[in-house]
Amino acid sequence: MIKITFREERCKGCQLCTTVCPKGIVVMAGRTNEMGYHPATVTQQEKCTGCGLCALMCPDMVIEVEREAKAV
Amino acid sequence: MKKGSRPASLKDVPFHYCPGCTHGIAHRLVTEVIDELDIRGKTIGIAPVGCSVFTMDYFDFDMIQGSHGRGPAVATGLKRALPDRVVFTYQGDGDLAAIGTGEFVHAAVRGEKITCIFINNAVYGMTGGQMAPTTLVGQMTKTTPFGRDKDINGFPIKVCEMLAPLEGSAYLARVAVHNPKSIIKAKKAIRRAFEVQMQGLGFSLIEILSTCPTNWGLSPVKAVQWLEENMVPYFPLGEYKTPAGVI
Repeated sequence: MIKITFREERCKGCQLCTTVCPKGIVVMAGRTNEMGYHPATVTQQEKCTGCGLCALMCPDMVIEVEREAKAV
Repeated sequence: MKKGSRPASLKDVPFHYCPGCTHGIAHRLVTEVIDELDIRGKTIGIAPVGCSVFTMDYFDFDMIQGSHGRGPAVATGLKRALPDRVVFTYQGDGDLAAIGTGEFVHAAVRGEKITCIFINNAVYGMTGGQMAPTTLVGQMTKTTPFGRDKDINGFPIKVCEMLAPLEGSAYLARVAVHNPKSIIKAKKAIRRAFEVQMQGLGFSLIEILSTCPTNWGLSPVKAVQWLEENMVPYFPLGEYKTPAGVI
């Protein structure tokens, strides 16, 4: 189970996360946050592989990707 | 397993940086390394003058604000008075490579056991986008509206290449933060620099190629492409010196 969370109030809409997602599922939302930016969000969470590249690229620590450890 | 969680050494406050500014990535990498090495209690950072002057609001350990460009001099005094501490400076190109040229060069010559984190974004950020010593030839800035002219303004400073022949420098590397692969490599280099300091091997400096979308006049996505296409060919990435010798 992969859980991806966005702290939308911290997002400045720079779009760097959208360029690194290998599945292309990170997109900018149509709504705006308190700062007036379109925050990043994910459309098809079931496609997320939990690679965490979006979180690695985010300059503002908006994205957190949580993946349950595989059963051994 | 969590990815992207906030390091303990990084306070939970929003960065004041512009959208897409890679200072945030550099801050995260430095604090992740400090957490991994478990040196938060004995680390002292020196804040520069520039956009990153507010690092003391973000780094959750002891910080001192140095005068413009004098970070390595402040770090020298600290390290000599408290040799068991881990002392590093966080400086931009206007701070380190312009007004502070004498400080970091002589800190390296003396082999001070400090670490410099050098953010190179080829422009003066905080003051509004003037030409910096690292501005590329042909690059347009506020003070070079027709592009940097090598006949008038000279050539950009290559800091790592300049320090490599000095005996006092122990670890020099140039990294970038424009894509995930480079970010992972950058973190390894920062970790190595802190380890070199802790082993008492000498001066270490990490040059991080960064973007300044606001003053470059580009969107954050185009800015990382510009960095890859223009800065990386002129400032080649890699390790320039390791304790084993010049590469």
